[in-house]
Amino acid sequence: MLEIKNLHAQIAEDGTEIIRGLNLKVEQGEVAAIMGPNGSGKSTLSYILAGREDYEVTSGDILFNGESILEMDPAERAASGVFLAFQYPVEIPGVPTMTFLKTAMNAQRKARGEDELATPDFIKLVKEAAGKLSINMEMLKRPLNVGFSGGEKKRAEILQMALLSPELCVLDETDSGLDIDALKIVSDGVNALREQNRSFLVITHYQRLLEHIVPDSVHVLYKGQIIQSGDKSLALELEANGYAEIIGKAA
Amino acid sequence: MVTPKSLAKQRKAGKVMSVVSIAKLTEAEEMLFSAYDERAEKSSQSDAAIAVLKANGLPTRRVESWHYTDLRSVLKNVPAEVGEAVSGKVDTLVGNASLLALDALSNHEKADFRFDDAIGQLNGAFATSGSSLNVGAGEKLESPKEIQNAVEGKAAHTTHTVSFADKSSGTVIERQLGEGGFATSVTNLKIGNEAEVSYIIVQGKGVEATHLGQINVTLGADANFTLFVLNTGGKLVRQEIRINVAGEGSDFQLRGVNLIGDGQHIDVTMDLCHNVPNTTSEEIIRNVVTGKGKGVFQGRIAVAQIAQKTDAKMACNTLLLSDEGDFSTKPELEIFADDVACGHGATFTDLEPSYLFYLMSRGIPEKEARALLIKGFVDEIVEDLDHEALEEAIVSIIDSWLDQNG
Ligand SMILES: Nc1ncnc2c1ncn2[C@@H]1O[C@H](COP(=O)(O)OP(=O)(O)OP(=O)(O)O)[C@@H](O)[C@H]1O
Ligand SMILES: [Mg+2]
Repeated sequence: MLEIKNLHAQIAEDGTEIIRGLNLKVEQGEVAAIMGPNGSGKSTLSYILAGREDYEVTSGDILFNGESILEMDPAERAASGVFLAFQYPVEIPGVPTMTFLKTAMNAQRKARGEDELATPDFIKLVKEAAGKLSINMEMLKRPLNVGFSGGEKKRAEILQMALLSPELCVLDETDSGLDIDALKIVSDGVNALREQNRSFLVITHYQRLLEHIVPDSVHVLYKGQIIQSGDKSLALELEANGYAEIIGKAA
Repeated sequence: MVTPKSLAKQRKAGKVMSVVSIAKLTEAEEMLFSAYDERAEKSSQSDAAIAVLKANGLPTRRVESWHYTDLRSVLKNVPAEVGEAVSGKVDTLVGNASLLALDALSNHEKADFRFDDAIGQLNGAFATSGSSLNVGAGEKLESPKEIQNAVEGKAAHTTHTVSFADKSSGTVIERQLGEGGFATSVTNLKIGNEAEVSYIIVQGKGVEATHLGQINVTLGADANFTLFVLNTGGKLVRQEIRINVAGEGSDFQLRGVNLIGDGQHIDVTMDLCHNVPNTTSEEIIRNVVTGKGKGVFQGRIAVAQIAQKTDAKMACNTLLLSDEGDFSTKPELEIFADDVACGHGATFTDLEPSYLFYLMSRGIPEKEARALLIKGFVDEIVEDLDHEALEEAIVSIIDSWLDQNG
């Protein structure tokens, strides 16, 4: 499904290398967790997967379903099934959330050669998905993310994910900013989307999220590389001992 | 203020230059002056108006308020034929609006002519028709009234007179239409005490048109007035907004959207005078410039010495979407009172890359994502109208502009 091969990437503006020879394979249906200290390059990796222009891939490749996505722009990647739930979703004044959702859903349908959604069908889909995530429809009348609380923004990200039904879901610290109940709601939402042909890359600092969304594999990202991989027990080990030992071993 | 009488006095005193002092008339000036000379129907007022214009010529960049729109050099030629503006060729902007007729001007309406600037002079010299509306005391207009001012190919000049008596309310839509030609259109609007009025100017002319508009407003006590101006068309456009806040406790709101495409020059110039204590005003102008479009917003706020507790805010935000486009903004605060809150701000930006990335990361192609952001930038202002049908109509004009220019 996803194969990242010896990826090197730098900040386009100043040439600082952030991703330094990263290798990672995620199989179809797999939930892979990525952990790692602050500043190790987790969000950068997620942005590069989504195609953000601020980063430049200098070598290596990203294969999605066997094909390189490096030449695709963010919209093409999304239409082919990549979704990023942002660590910090931006507030976009003037663009009503519902308009945005409809535009995004129809753009992806169009890219796949499907018919556009009729408004009543669209509203029905949003109501259903919002209900499952305890999102108030009134909130969706507001401009996109504007004035949403931290937790509401994260829920809105998962709502978009549910509506766009991507094949690869990258969740960047979706658990941060969520209260205990919201964490459960959001995790249930994610678990409900777990499927044979849908993979997840779950970036988190805490074992707590991984109790709800149980991963198939856990990877430690440090200074732009995966320095250790294991099963869910690796997360428990990190929770107990911190990163020092693993970093020491890798050095 | 220049009246025919004061003009005669000035001329006697040698203060008004004579025609010969203009070195050489431009083609447009020649056309205008000879069109006037050939006019069958003249009056002492129209004579007075053309006299000032002949004396001074069209304004150049050396005239401060015309600094960014050098009319004398940009007004290349004027259609020789002077005709009449027409109304009723298109549907009203909103379904339930009723159309006001364009009629010959009465002497009473002509008495409102102001010749203190080029638009007033041109209009005073040539205007023969216009719409008029008088809303009586306490009367509440259930649905909007619409003025249509369509000019095709020829020159046409109109003066519209609207008054809202005390405690009346309503919405008036003024549409500037037509594919080409040269038009001046002056609106004189009187708003009585405690009246609530919305006035919407929608200028959507063809790309060959020259349009010189002016609205003169007097605002009574405790009145609420919202003026919305949308400019999407025209090759050379100037809309002047002159507000005399003359009644205590009144509020003036201006919302302006200028969508400026390649080859267009759109100038909005506001002169707002807070002349009495305890009044408020807020102006928000949003501009989008593409291609080699050129735009201007001049906003002057004058607060008289007695106008204590004035609260006036002005903001002008511009999305410059092309390196070849240009927008000039000149705020001017002239404050003579000491207990006031006045502020202004201007921003110039391109589309925010992080917004664009967010939208595209959801599968929205770049062109569509850009359009969504541009639309968001201006739609925010339209929402302030608080009139659903009107908002929809205006948003759909904006959408079709974006389809063509975005
Ligand atoms: N556009 C940028 N400009 C400058 N520095 C950047 C940029 N993007 C990333 N960096 C730097 O790259 C490094 C990796 O950042 P990144 O956000 O990927 O870390 P992270 O692993 O997600 O951290 P956290 O756990 O705190 O979210 C940091 O040192 C960060 O400051
Ligand atoms: Mg991060």
